[in-house]
Amino acid sequence: MDKMLNIALPKGRLGEKVYAMFETAGFECPSIREPGRKLIFENEAAGVRYFWVKPSDVAIYVERGAADIGVAGKDILLEYEPDVYELHDLGIGKCRMAVAAKKDFRDNRARTLRVATKFANIALKYYNSIGRDIDIIHLNGSIELAPILGLSDVIVDIVETGATLKENDLVVYEEIVPISARLIANKAAYRFKTDAVNELVQKIKNL
Amino acid sequence: MCYHTKNDSVSKGGDAPLNRNDSSAGKDISAALCGLYGSFGYARYKMNKFEEYDLYARNKDFLVADRVVTFTDTNGKLMALKPDVTLSIAKNCRDVPGEVNKLYYDENVYRVSKGANAFREIRQLGVECTGEVDDYCILEVLTLALSSLKAISGEYALDVSELSVLGELLDGCGLTSSQKREALRLVGEKNLHETETLCRAAGIDEQTADVLKTLITSYGKPAEVLPALKALLPQSAGLARLERLTEALGDDVVRVDFSLVSDMSYYNGVVFKGYVGNIPESVISGGQYDRLMEKMRHTSRAVGFAVYLDLLEEFSFSETEYDADALLLYGDANDPADVMRAARKLVGEGKRVCVRRNAPEKLRCREIIDLTEGGAVHG
Repeated sequence: MDKMLNIALPKGRLGEKVYAMFETAGFECPSIREPGRKLIFENEAAGVRYFWVKPSDVAIYVERGAADIGVAGKDILLEYEPDVYELHDLGIGKCRMAVAAKKDFRDNRARTLRVATKFANIALKYYNSIGRDIDIIHLNGSIELAPILGLSDVIVDIVETGATLKENDLVVYEEIVPISARLIANKAAYRFKTDAVNELVQKIKNL
Repeated sequence: MCYHTKNDSVSKGGDAPLNRNDSSAGKDISAALCGLYGSFGYARYKMNKFEEYDLYARNKDFLVADRVVTFTDTNGKLMALKPDVTLSIAKNCRDVPGEVNKLYYDENVYRVSKGANAFREIRQLGVECTGEVDDYCILEVLTLALSSLKAISGEYALDVSELSVLGELLDGCGLTSSQKREALRLVGEKNLHETETLCRAAGIDEQTADVLKTLITSYGKPAEVLPALKALLPQSAGLARLERLTEALGDDVVRVDFSLVSDMSYYNGVVFKGYVGNIPESVISGGQYDRLMEKMRHTSRAVGFAVYLDLLEEFSFSETEYDADALLLYGDANDPADVMRAARKLVGEGKRVCVRRNAPEKLRCREIIDLTEGGAVHG
């Protein structure tokens, strides 16, 4: 088995922040900072190989063993429920999963609630837990548009600052769960690279 | 003997090499494993492909995936293609005082695969021991699991846990059933940060919370992990049993891992998972399921495991550079008997031969023997 630690990082601002944490913890890979379109970087001396991956795909890379560890948002973990270890809350990329609606929205429990969302599993679980009958409308983007055009009563989405909601005259109606970036590990890789994974987690925790 | 050959003239090079999924890997391993189980006196158990749907409806949580393929039988009964073998064995078990039944099976089951969201036929091999199961039986099943892993790969690991250790700890915390479910999920994820939050929210005292956190973070060789835990839980019979069993197993690759949290309404006591290098999931999963037997009103106890052969076939790639060792080309002028003689000669030398009138466009082979251009086999 490959002795290098394969790490899937989410592309974008969050990934850069995460890499900075890994670098500070002693898992640097200077070539990653060079401009270009390369997606794989390795530093044999530090025993690490990094991949830039679409944020929503990190959990898939880790669950399927293409990466030993990775950093994924709690939203992705709750939505797709990958069979991985969740070893540490990195405490960055903080936001919340929330129900949002038009300012004048009133929940009429006499009828089914129409919920537009990218996060069908999270929405279903949340409304099941409070015994509310819902109709899921699965959208892939511009979710805020749904209640404005009458496509849905509410939306379930990630809220960071609330600025997008505000600009579209929507408000947070209920908070479902706080979200942040989590360090995850493949269950089989953890068996065969236990010391390397634990050392990395400990060094990240000590930052 | 000589071959008139036309090496490398048409079909070397070209497209990317073909990665052949070597399904024979699964077959070879299954034969070796069946032999292993037979050598310990386990009898082959052959079963019907169908089972009444009611069995699965009543035990949905026991199944890895909750959807099954159903159909209505000619007598109007709702039937299902088997998604699992253990439930059928448990259902058909006969309780005879003092007896132990030792079985192994090699069957196809039908489940929804997680990624594809579609039904798949999955080959599953396993061992079940039912009846008056004692610690020897459990040790024997653990030993067979360990030997199975060794037969599959040189790089392997067997993780073992005892569910009563975690169960007794959580039972003493006064958690609601949903909090208990949540706690088990978090232990399964080795999720220390959210366990701390749950402990605070559920009002679990600091000492118990510390033990729970120690269980989550404990992973390693029994001799390294168990003494510290025994100091925290000196009365735990589960820990003492785990120590005895792992000591008797005596293999350096055995690890204690309390994150193995199978559904406690079916499983109890010892549970385990086996891993091999380069396969990202557990290839063996098993444990004691006395509670399932109780649910089915049996007095027997039970322990067993399944080997997921589909994973072995999926990840056992043998990257061959060539589709065949020799391409034998023939034409109208060639006598079929001569062509057959030439082909047999090559097969007899252990070569994979492809006999064609024309060279297939994407076929890759080491050598080409063209019988139409005077190529001949002598000898």
